Amino acid sequence: MATGGLAINCFVLFCLAVACQGASGLPLLFSRGSNSAQRLSAFLMLAGSCAGSAGALWALTAPVPLSFALVSGLPFGPGSLGIDALSAWFLLPVFLVTGASALFALGYWPAAQNPDSAPRVTFFLGLLAASLTTLLLVRHLVLFLVVWEIMALAAWFALCTEDEKPEVRDAGILYLVTAHLGVLVLFAMVSLIASLTGSYLFPAPGTLPAQGGLAMAIFICALIGFGLKAGVMPLHVWLPSAHANAPSHISAVLSGVVLKMGIYGMVRIFSCFVAPPPWWGCTVLVLGAVSGVVGVAFAIGQHDLKRLLAYHSIENIGIIMIGLGCALLGQSLSAPVLVTLGLAGALLHVLNHATFKALLFLGAGAVIQAAGTREIEVLGGAGRRLPLTGLFFLTGALAICGLPPLNGFVSELMIYLAGFASLQSSPGLLGALPVLAVPVLALIGGLAVACFVKVYGVVFLGEPRSPEHLCAGEPPGSMLASQALLALVCVLIGVLPLCVARPLENVLISYRGGGEPQALVSLLPFVRISLVAMLLVVLCAAVALWLRRRSARIPTTVSRTWGCGYLQPTPRMQYSASSFGSLLVGWFSTVLRPEVHKVEPTGSFPGPAAYRSHLPETALERVFLPLLEYLYEKSALVRHLQHGKLNLYIVYTFLTLVVLYVLTTR
Amino acid sequence: MTALADQLLVLCLLLNFAVLGTSRLAFSVRAVALQGVVLGVLPALVHPFSWHLVAIVAGIILVKGAAIPILIVRAIHKADIQREFEPFIGYIPSLVLGALFTALAFIFAARLPLAPEHEGLLFVPASLATLMCGFLVLMGRRKAISQVIGYLVMENGIFIFGLLLAEAMPVMVEAGALLDLLVGVFVMGIVINHISREFSSLDTSRLSTLREE
Repeated sequence: MATGGLAINCFVLFCLAVACQGASGLPLLFSRGSNSAQRLSAFLMLAGSCAGSAGALWALTAPVPLSFALVSGLPFGPGSLGIDALSAWFLLPVFLVTGASALFALGYWPAAQNPDSAPRVTFFLGLLAASLTTLLLVRHLVLFLVVWEIMALAAWFALCTEDEKPEVRDAGILYLVTAHLGVLVLFAMVSLIASLTGSYLFPAPGTLPAQGGLAMAIFICALIGFGLKAGVMPLHVWLPSAHANAPSHISAVLSGVVLKMGIYGMVRIFSCFVAPPPWWGCTVLVLGAVSGVVGVAFAIGQHDLKRLLAYHSIENIGIIMIGLGCALLGQSLSAPVLVTLGLAGALLHVLNHATFKALLFLGAGAVIQAAGTREIEVLGGAGRRLPLTGLFFLTGALAICGLPPLNGFVSELMIYLAGFASLQSSPGLLGALPVLAVPVLALIGGLAVACFVKVYGVVFLGEPRSPEHLCAGEPPGSMLASQALLALVCVLIGVLPLCVARPLENVLISYRGGGEPQALVSLLPFVRISLVAMLLVVLCAAVALWLRRRSARIPTTVSRTWGCGYLQPTPRMQYSASSFGSLLVGWFSTVLRPEVHKVEPTGSFPGPAAYRSHLPETALERVFLPLLEYLYEKSALVRHLQHGKLNLYIVYTFLTLVVLYVLTTR
Repeated sequence: MTALADQLLVLCLLLNFAVLGTSRLAFSVRAVALQGVVLGVLPALVHPFSWHLVAIVAGIILVKGAAIPILIVRAIHKADIQREFEPFIGYIPSLVLGALFTALAFIFAARLPLAPEHEGLLFVPASLATLMCGFLVLMGRRKAISQVIGYLVMENGIFIFGLLLAEAMPVMVEAGALLDLLVGVFVMGIVINHISREFSSLDTSRLSTLREE
């Protein structure tokens, strides 16, 4: 059987990838502070990524669902591994982003300068990559939880690299608490699924009935447990601080891949149900819309470069959830076009967001390393000193805004079309709901453009705002190469979207567990997108060439940017990040609750005036922390049980045992 | 043979009371060591002869009777404490509670749904009684070393139960139990060292300052 052999080759490639990724941390553990050991570990990560990507592409183009039973004798029945197109699709960003991050780390976190922290961050990046790969191959629910936990802890160790800083420790604790809350809910989900199916294996696609209380409980548990990891809006509280305080290449992996595991979990669990009730899709759709709009609104008000990018992750998770919600609604209304376009858009956006967000985080890391700060208000003029980084960042920024000719446009277009398609295919109130996603998406896109005009304008254009944070020169080659790789993927998917059409169709088949594939080519004008994109690329290149030739002919004078005709402009005359965002933040102030400190100029001869705005993590500080405080006060009686006396704790154990004795032998 | 085994189990029960009733740490370590030796002999009495059995008996006697007691005695000398002062549960109440628990263990064991060949043996009640006495020591004593001793007594109780479970004891089960024990003692040893270094005392009740406010 030739195809079977093919699938086994594919599996061997994945095993090789996991081994390389897992082993990549070892060289640095043995020789701390050695640059050659770090190069070896980056090489291992890249080798793992190459092997894994080959396997994933193979599994996507010639899908043969394959599963392996692991040794029995484990509790909860024999473990199981498997590959299908859905796993392979999520594996692509894993290999792409972890490989690029490992390459980036060579210049960003050199072992010679960081002999203590580099071995640690390298080891846990490798462990994180290996656990992510394994997570996508596991087909056994309990094993899934185990690998999920390894992934969560590896990510935690990696993000707490600079644990001498108190804000990093705070972010780490918040991450750890929320991650474990999520796992707790997933525990419940796993036992519910096991009680429904009677086995701990992943149910096959489209086999579980979606009606009844048990299915509802599974849906809610999956939504909360995976939503906490993905950072869906009310559950996103851990995300901004964790992304901001991790080393930039770890932020890239967190945002690009780890969040997507939440999406993967949802897609995988939802695929098990047949004909879900309409309120499932509505819930996901509404959550996505809220995450998208509020996420980007929060982003506009941020002054920390990486925190801002983190809020954009919430926004993009929102877009993915909108697509997923359309697909679920399509399943309930039996509108296959809606399912195809919604799910394909969501899945393509998973890959796209992983690419451009990782690119943006790496670019941000390069700027932060050059300037020594994450504060947007003191950055400026980075584009002149880091021209290539600026170009890559611009590519990522355009892609995240969903503008052609880049990849974000393609996936968002699919979700737009899904919204419109619902109007044709399913009349009625429920059919109208996905149409409402269209203005929401448009709003998100517009706000994202505003936000990245602010970021790019303030950070890369203009004049440096403070002499201490002048950017030094362009970063080393490894950092540029990793960004170039990601930028290339962004452009490639944007210009030639047809190359993802066939893999996406295969993923859709594996989502439904077989059946005739819906031709994606007939639903989306791939060729026209390619033509427009190519035209735009050629136009951009021509204009750039023309400008360069013209500037070579005309004598140029170097002056300050945005001098605006003043004879003695100072950097303080530039638009600041606060002033860029203040209008939009003002519109959303009922939700965002910004803290504004201003001294307004008064009188005919005004004295010094000042304006400063700060956008706190409102959901955390206004909702969750007060709620926890309240619970803490109300639970004083219960807290007497926790007194720190070891002996009495042993009494508790003893009493528990006695109670269990009595209960079980009665 | 069962008669002799029963007599040895009764000896175990008496040794429990010796541990419960004394304040001198060295004495309780010796009592636990003796209990370990007695338990080491037991498999030889209830199972037919084999070299595997000899290895098990020798291993248990070496670990439970010699290695672990020597480790603890060394810890006692190092920390320079001879007695357990002011336990949470006094010695007389400990003895009374120990007697009560032993009686309860017998009553309880009679109600357990056991395999027919195990009924009427002393193994189950002795195991439960030893387990509970170990718990009692863990609960009642203040010093970390006393808690290690309590842990050992508990482990002995589990071991007696293990004698029943397997016809010829699988090596894995036995090795697992011993490893468990060794790890436990090591962990406690580390804890003891750290407690005495940080607090210049081995009083675990001082650990309550470590709780989260």
